[in-house]
Amino acid sequence: MTFEVQVKNINKHFGNFKASDNVSFDIERGKLIGLLGPSGSGKTTILRMIAGLETPDSGDIFIGGRRVNDLPPGERGIGFLFQSYALFKHMTVFDNIAFGLTVQKKSKAEIKKRVEELAELIGLKDFTQRYPLQLSGGQRQRVAFARALAPNPELLLLDEPFAAIDAKVRQELRGWLKHTIHKLGITAIFVTHDQDEAVEVADEIIITNRGRIEQAGVPVEIYQSPKTPFVAKFIGESVQVPDYTIFKGFDEYESHAGILRPEFLEIAAAIEEMPQPMPVTTEKGIVLGTYFRGSVIQIDIEVKGQLLRGFRGLEQTPLHEGDEAFVFIHKIYGFDGDKTQVIENAAKRRESVII
Amino acid sequence: MRESIWLKRFLIFVAASFLFVMLIMPLLLVAKEALARGVDFYFKALTDEFALKALYLTIEATILAVVLNTIFGLASAWLLTKFDFCGKTFLGSLIDLPFAISPVVAGLFFIMLFGRMSPLYPILQENNLAIVFAVPGIILATVFVTFPFITRELVPVMESQGRSEEEAAATMGASGWTIFRRVTLPNIKWALGYGIILCSARALGEFGAVSVVSGHIRGKTNTLPLHIEILYNEYNFTAAFAVASILVFLAIIILILRNLVERAGKDVAEEKFSTDDKSSDTPKLNSPPKVAPQV
Repeated sequence: MTFEVQVKNINKHFGNFKASDNVSFDIERGKLIGLLGPSGSGKTTILRMIAGLETPDSGDIFIGGRRVNDLPPGERGIGFLFQSYALFKHMTVFDNIAFGLTVQKKSKAEIKKRVEELAELIGLKDFTQRYPLQLSGGQRQRVAFARALAPNPELLLLDEPFAAIDAKVRQELRGWLKHTIHKLGITAIFVTHDQDEAVEVADEIIITNRGRIEQAGVPVEIYQSPKTPFVAKFIGESVQVPDYTIFKGFDEYESHAGILRPEFLEIAAAIEEMPQPMPVTTEKGIVLGTYFRGSVIQIDIEVKGQLLRGFRGLEQTPLHEGDEAFVFIHKIYGFDGDKTQVIENAAKRRESVII
Repeated sequence: MRESIWLKRFLIFVAASFLFVMLIMPLLLVAKEALARGVDFYFKALTDEFALKALYLTIEATILAVVLNTIFGLASAWLLTKFDFCGKTFLGSLIDLPFAISPVVAGLFFIMLFGRMSPLYPILQENNLAIVFAVPGIILATVFVTFPFITRELVPVMESQGRSEEEAAATMGASGWTIFRRVTLPNIKWALGYGIILCSARALGEFGAVSVVSGHIRGKTNTLPLHIEILYNEYNFTAAFAVASILVFLAIIILILRNLVERAGKDVAEEKFSTDDKSSDTPKLNSPPKVAPQV
């Protein structure tokens, strides 16, 4: 396995603020990696340190097997896409894309060829004489992408690449960017705070929190087996309960805090509506609110003094605020120190034993 | 709410009279007084040996002050906006010092620093260097007084532009000089032009600090404002106003330049900013801009 990027024990402070706390990870060549975390979790700092725009207090960074700590950004073989694109306002699209090549003193013909090739790639062939302010947000982002790619970097770093684009265009661009990066076979790391974006675009996700790496893995793995309470809470629409042993089917455990995702819950208007009616392990609750969410209806329901959240289909009997409803909890993420474990409802376990 | 027409007229009248009394009248009076003894006398006063020497010295000091302060201003603004370091706020305040200090006090600084009482004086004497009561002192005083103009004009502009364009250029391998020349400078050129104009205007008219260090030696260390003062004190009013008219004339040229720079800056900004809706992602069919790219 070849690693394109290796980050080893990086630490970084800004005054008293610890932006990176012993951060280590490896990234395989050709992978598209999402650095995901809430704002202030240190993800952009990591990206900027890889680029050489910030200097780590300690630790090593390798790009393509070469230690780059002491190299200036321009010698690291990277392309960087800024959140605000940072296009040169006084230069045309052509000159923007050509900038890195003119710095390398490439010949005029070579520059022209490469810029045209990239303008074609980003679908802005007829726009090369425009200035950045004459372009839309999505077009600017693509110009910034082409500009970063022009000098043929080994590694592309993208800081919140979709943050400044409206929702509709963002959706198209995500797909386009993923496709294009894979087509080029380049290694890329992008920073985002949007988990949908990370899950949709990235091959692998690295989750950061308070300057630390919480978990790294493919999206499915992170979704299904969160390793730390933070990941369990952060990924998906989760509700935290201080003590899950109050719920039927989970009473055999010691008292623990737990996380419930909406998809762990079955909410039924009547007990017969349950796929496998299990009266012993079904809780009763009062609907606190219903929210239309497009393809599903979100139900906030109070069970034993706890607010739980689940989804119901549009074609199911509608529930209203104040209605009594039945809740079956399939599983819970239980916390054990800073580890999480998946706990199945006892009824399901017993049944699976019987079958 | 609508003001009555009379209130409107009254306010316009007040504003216009103020403008007339405070700005137009003095200008007219300068012209009238300057020409009081006829055109011949006017030109004689202007081409007087000492007046010409004073003019040359003023222009020399102004050009040097502008050149030096452009370099200092660019360097300090670049440092203050594109880097983080310990003592940055202190440096920022230090650059503003000449704004806060009375020019006369600034002049006294230089007397203390380079005059007879200074520990540096023997060294200067040995090397035959005259600073105080000589041209170098005048230039130093002018540079000191006009020091903050360009920096203060550049810092807000550069601050609002942030660092990401420079960082983008750095990730593409551009050297510091290339980044400055190709990325930073084109973004600040209008602010720089404006700063240079303000700095020149101030340098041309500088009186206080220069008056202290000059020693008022006619034909040697007199600048135009000092020359005017001397003529005035000698009750030679017509000559004083004639020479003053040169400064007024230069001031008008500077104002015109200022307007041109401001307008040019605005035009370029508008030209590069299409007026049609930017939110759509579909190609637009307006013609490419006429301005050539600044490289």
